[in-house]
Amino acid sequence: MSKILIIAEHDGQALNLSTSKCVSCAQAIGGDIDIVVLGKSIEAVASQAAAVAGVNNVICVSADYLEHALAENWAPEIVAMATGYTHVLAPSTTFGKDLTPRIAALLGVNQLSDVMEVLDAYFFRRPIYAGNAIIDVRVPEDSITVATVRSASWPAAAEGGSAAIENRAATGSASAHTRWVGLESGGGDRPDLQSASKVVSGGRALGSAENFSIVYSLADKLGAAVGASRAAVDAGYVPNDMQVGQTGKIISPDLYLAFGISGAIQHITGIKDAGTIVAVNKDGEAPIFEIADIGLVGDLFSIIPELERLLG
Amino acid sequence: MKILVGIKRVVDFNVRVRVLPNGSGVDTDGVKMSVNPFDEIALEEALRLKEAGKASEVVVVSIGADECQQQLRTGLAMGADRAIQVSTSSAVQPLAAARALLKIIEREQPGLVLLGKQAIDDDNNQTGQMLAGLWNRPQATFASKLEVDGDKATVTREVDAGLETIGIALPAVVTVDLRLNEPRFVKLPDIMKAKRKPMDVVPLEELGIDAGPVYSIEKFAPPPQRQKGIMVESAEQLVQELKNRGLV
Repeated sequence: MSKILIIAEHDGQALNLSTSKCVSCAQAIGGDIDIVVLGKSIEAVASQAAAVAGVNNVICVSADYLEHALAENWAPEIVAMATGYTHVLAPSTTFGKDLTPRIAALLGVNQLSDVMEVLDAYFFRRPIYAGNAIIDVRVPEDSITVATVRSASWPAAAEGGSAAIENRAATGSASAHTRWVGLESGGGDRPDLQSASKVVSGGRALGSAENFSIVYSLADKLGAAVGASRAAVDAGYVPNDMQVGQTGKIISPDLYLAFGISGAIQHITGIKDAGTIVAVNKDGEAPIFEIADIGLVGDLFSIIPELERLLG
Repeated sequence: MKILVGIKRVVDFNVRVRVLPNGSGVDTDGVKMSVNPFDEIALEEALRLKEAGKASEVVVVSIGADECQQQLRTGLAMGADRAIQVSTSSAVQPLAAARALLKIIEREQPGLVLLGKQAIDDDNNQTGQMLAGLWNRPQATFASKLEVDGDKATVTREVDAGLETIGIALPAVVTVDLRLNEPRFVKLPDIMKAKRKPMDVVPLEELGIDAGPVYSIEKFAPPPQRQKGIMVESAEQLVQELKNRGLV
């Protein structure tokens, strides 16, 4: 039977939803599921992890040098506890993408990236070529499987679990060559882009950072997170962490509203798991209309305020 | 300081990739091939460091069949000083790529290794992190800003939560993101000059690496397509449609 270790993603206070999505993936694999929480002062995160349904044990390793998720410090801890597990999973967020390959290399195995479907415990489906092809990959059964889980493909596991929490001592030491300096967060009080059920996005057609305020305003009316196309980020209208697409965030909200986004393939890659896609664009030929569930050709500068009024 | 830049030959990013009808792979027949765009950004950064007097030599390395010499030549035309092809006719998975690059590092002793954060064919996003782990050196992934100061560097990383800054000691592996720089265009005289720059060919089997447990791809399929939906004529209709579907 499989024995699965999931590496918790968190910010020191809250467990990231991506972790419960990994639990759903682990349940599809089947077997015992443990979550490991690394960090400093992580009691709150550990209890949240213990409350995810389907989890057997939560392993807590707390140390000053584990406060920030530096792969140089975290990977050896995971490697030290990996023996006995058949699978190690982490979310395919920038956190998991950074950390997991280092773990795989130290364990002497390849890593499977972006698992979107489990066919059996050693047979997985994942996207390549920005989602333009989907491959079925068989991994060897006689070595540990290290994989990242594509968050947009999995629902969050339910709450209501009561896993045992086990504290363990850290086995490593602080890296002599890498140190954390700081984090500049672009977000405010709005819902998190990656887990929001509604997302309003703007593209280059907004024309300026100031004009983007109408997107924020509509998003606040809807209780939605705000995203942007790469063009809008590159033009400096919004910070990079708002980028939706192949090289930004891959999201799966119930409702996605795209304003002034033409729909480059790289952007579509980031939204094609959304429930309903709404596109508003003044160019009726924009490729986004080919995949939108509801399209409206028109001037976003008049349509956005009107939508806000109609929804009010 | 010497900088080693890894570059991969991939299907050009403008090509709409199609899966072969028999599910055995994607159609690369007659398709335009290019340097992986993220690797091009890595090379541009290396060249800028050299131009700023912070590096003395830029070496490009690629793993692949002889066709990847085209991409190495592009790298030389952009300004790299010399190239190394690790030649193999078989597909190389990230662990083998990292182990091969580590062998090249042992020969070349670079102060900095720059790679793209991912190749746009496999979208694996692994090789740099694996290399740093095997080398037991720092990894700065998804770099959008890189400042080198002697034997140290400060790197700004594009992470989901915003912009993270880390300090690293060199040598180190840095994998680059889109917004680090805009790569230069190659000029015709540089293409001519690149033909005279040195290109070493090292057979992969000579490096004596173990590829580790490898994965096998059993099937390729096109992605499920979203269907085109309806068009509405006004904001009122749009709101009505959203209400009908219970979305607002």
